[in-house]
Amino acid sequence: MAEAKRAQRPLSPHLQIYRPQLTSITSILVRITGNALFVTVILIVWWLLAAASGEQYFRTANGVLTSWFGDLVLTFSALGMWYHLLAGLRHLYFDSGRGLDIPTAEKLGIGCLVGSVVLTILTVIVL
Amino acid sequence: MRYLTDRKQATGLGSAKSGTDHFWHMQISSVALLFLVPAFIFTFGSAVGRGYEQVLAYYSHPFPAVVAALTLIVGLVHFKNGAQVAIEDYAHGITRKALIIGVTCFSYGSIAIGLFALVKLAL
Repeated sequence: MAEAKRAQRPLSPHLQIYRPQLTSITSILVRITGNALFVTVILIVWWLLAAASGEQYFRTANGVLTSWFGDLVLTFSALGMWYHLLAGLRHLYFDSGRGLDIPTAEKLGIGCLVGSVVLTILTVIVL
Repeated sequence: MRYLTDRKQATGLGSAKSGTDHFWHMQISSVALLFLVPAFIFTFGSAVGRGYEQVLAYYSHPFPAVVAALTLIVGLVHFKNGAQVAIEDYAHGITRKALIIGVTCFSYGSIAIGLFALVKLAL
């Protein structure tokens, strides 16, 4: 088995071959937003730990989170979180075997993209 | 004596030997997070920006503290499982194992630190 001859077979086409499509982009964005949220987790857990550790440490963490950079990161976090949530909802719908035809999938994809921006703007307004 | 046939024992398990468990647990946690994440965004979001004393008082209330605890637990287990699938897609061999171990440590570590902080804040 280990000595099996390695033939030069053609590889199946991958990402670089395909033209980007709404369905593929919205799918990849789910993965990107989900994984990128680890940055948000670090910030949130750090802030909570700082608050639990005393006023001085809290001031440091709170200063970072409420600075313009912290605001920027948290706003993008909200955008990523809302997108991941809406696309997750779409995923649950897909998993039930519905909405898998291209026109519906593309409509739902636009819904996720627009919806996440709208929800982020609402979040920024409310908070 | 076994009453299950060999075929019956293998049905639905696939090559990973765990069947659709992973998929099913992603679905359970995603449904939970549909409710937890909005609640967390608005409770945590309203806490950030307050003063020290106000944050202590806010997180000694049950609702924001319990929402934060549940979001950290369910969210990070969901993250661990999701990131594992991504790692399995792109990384191979020892890199894959190291990354999965790393993500697992990060997830449970963040849960533990977050819960410690929340308990300390609440008491």
